[in-house]
Amino acid sequence: MERIPILKMGPYLLVTIQVDMHDRVAMTLQDELTQRIVSERARGVLLDISSVDVVDSFIGRMIGNIASMSRVLDAETVVVGMRPAVAITLVELGLALPSIRTALNVDAGMTLLKSARKMAGNGRPAR
Amino acid sequence: MAVLRDELIGLRSMDDMIKARQLVRDCAIFQGLSLVDQTKIVTAASELARNTLIHGGGGEMRLQALNDGSRRGVKVIFADKGPGIPNIELAMQDGYTTRGGLGLGLSGSKRLVNEFSIESQSGKGTTVSIVRWK
Repeated sequence: MERIPILKMGPYLLVTIQVDMHDRVAMTLQDELTQRIVSERARGVLLDISSVDVVDSFIGRMIGNIASMSRVLDAETVVVGMRPAVAITLVELGLALPSIRTALNVDAGMTLLKSARKMAGNGRPAR
Repeated sequence: MAVLRDELIGLRSMDDMIKARQLVRDCAIFQGLSLVDQTKIVTAASELARNTLIHGGGGEMRLQALNDGSRRGVKVIFADKGPGIPNIELAMQDGYTTRGGLGLGLSGSKRLVNEFSIESQSGKGTTVSIVRWK
């Protein structure tokens, strides 16, 4: 079974989804990512879905779960690079993902994570 | 109405489901659907193929390229011989789920296509048919 690589970039983790995902690959990613957030003491996750051409309710739910789980582990998730056709389809499907932060690309997502950290950072214990 | 392409594939595993998505995408491109419309029908097909696998215990998908003179479209039919859906009206409601999902599979895929029909008989199985026109 293929796995989705998780790359460390300073205090953040970068996940680029490039495969047409099996449900099982998605579940494995949730497990591995939460473990890596803890072991790397990550402050944020960038989830790059720019290569993903279909997000159905299962994958959408996985994206939502990743954001919720990482938040509980004190790391913010930003979903980057969603294709316009995917955005239109997701909303019509009924999955607007209201609690998820998004950015148009990895650069913008990184800026968002850095600024979120700065705003929340005063008085926050260092990891 | 002319049927330009007609393919039948089994839906028995997650690999079949991924293959099914690719076939629907190919057919939608062949029929000249816009990128947004391709994405909608492939997403709807993904939801329904998963239903066939998980709730129907597997089944098959029939894919047709339609041409009715003035317009072209893609029709996809999912059929299983699973337990059937006891209450279709309830199953079509947003948020209704029996397996802890989001409950958007049927209701959501209906919103993504132009035509949607569902038939189900308790103990005999379920057939869902969708069409997206160009």
